[in-house]
Amino acid sequence: MENFTPLSALAGGVLIGAAASILLWLNGRIAGISGIVGGLLAPVRDDTGWRALFVLGLILGAVLYRTMGGPLQTIEIETSPILLIAGGLLVGFGTRMGGGCTSGHGVCGLARLSPRSLVATVVFMLSAGVTVAVVRHLLGTTG
Amino acid sequence: MSPARNMAALGAGVLFGLGLAISQMVNPAKVLAFLDVGGNWDPSLALVMGGALAVTGVAFRLVLKRPRPMFGDAFAVPTRGDVDGRLVGGAIVFGVGWGLIGLCPGPAMASIAYGMAESVYFLGAMLAGMAAARILR
Repeated sequence: MENFTPLSALAGGVLIGAAASILLWLNGRIAGISGIVGGLLAPVRDDTGWRALFVLGLILGAVLYRTMGGPLQTIEIETSPILLIAGGLLVGFGTRMGGGCTSGHGVCGLARLSPRSLVATVVFMLSAGVTVAVVRHLLGTTG
Repeated sequence: MSPARNMAALGAGVLFGLGLAISQMVNPAKVLAFLDVGGNWDPSLALVMGGALAVTGVAFRLVLKRPRPMFGDAFAVPTRGDVDGRLVGGAIVFGVGWGLIGLCPGPAMASIAYGMAESVYFLGAMLAGMAAARILR
């Protein structure tokens, strides 16, 4: 556990929670990223601008962090294009089929005590944990 | 769409993106270390969700007591309560992809800030997967 970063994790989490609360308070919308992005793929009149701006803000927020000299200046990511594409397809398909992702079900749904979000969050956490266990320890590719 | 709603969405997005970067949720290696419970486990990201839920758990309750959002006529909040195969199946599929790469949709978007081709491969496929789910529904 030498990489444990509790303070930055908590601070970042509080910001994420504040962002989701503000979006609900001001616009009445759930800050589920897969839902917001998914809505851009089938544009509905007068329902596109805020989605595009929210996503733009997501990127700008991370850009702002880097320009202000935040400690995380590089990220470490899988390099195989085939694995990246497979992972992307599964994440895109699964989040739309399951009606949400880590933000929509995990942060917003659990706050509303939604039974659907509780089930979805437990299932995708378990599924992701099993996947990492299989890739890292059963197939033994890394770590 | 009013300018106020658009600015609110942009502002909320910036805060959200800052949170993803500060918490390091935007770093796939960090996410995979959190999911790797049987390995050299890094529990940090449990605190990201904990910190977020501490805020939304209280704020959502207060906000949803109001008759309507500040810049809108009604809250757009899901009303379904049933658990079906699509929900569980979708969560399983999402989890496999998340565990494979360490990116979920929010961090995948925010990772563009790091200017890596890997993000683009992932994002392109993610959008294609979303479109496929829509078509097959």
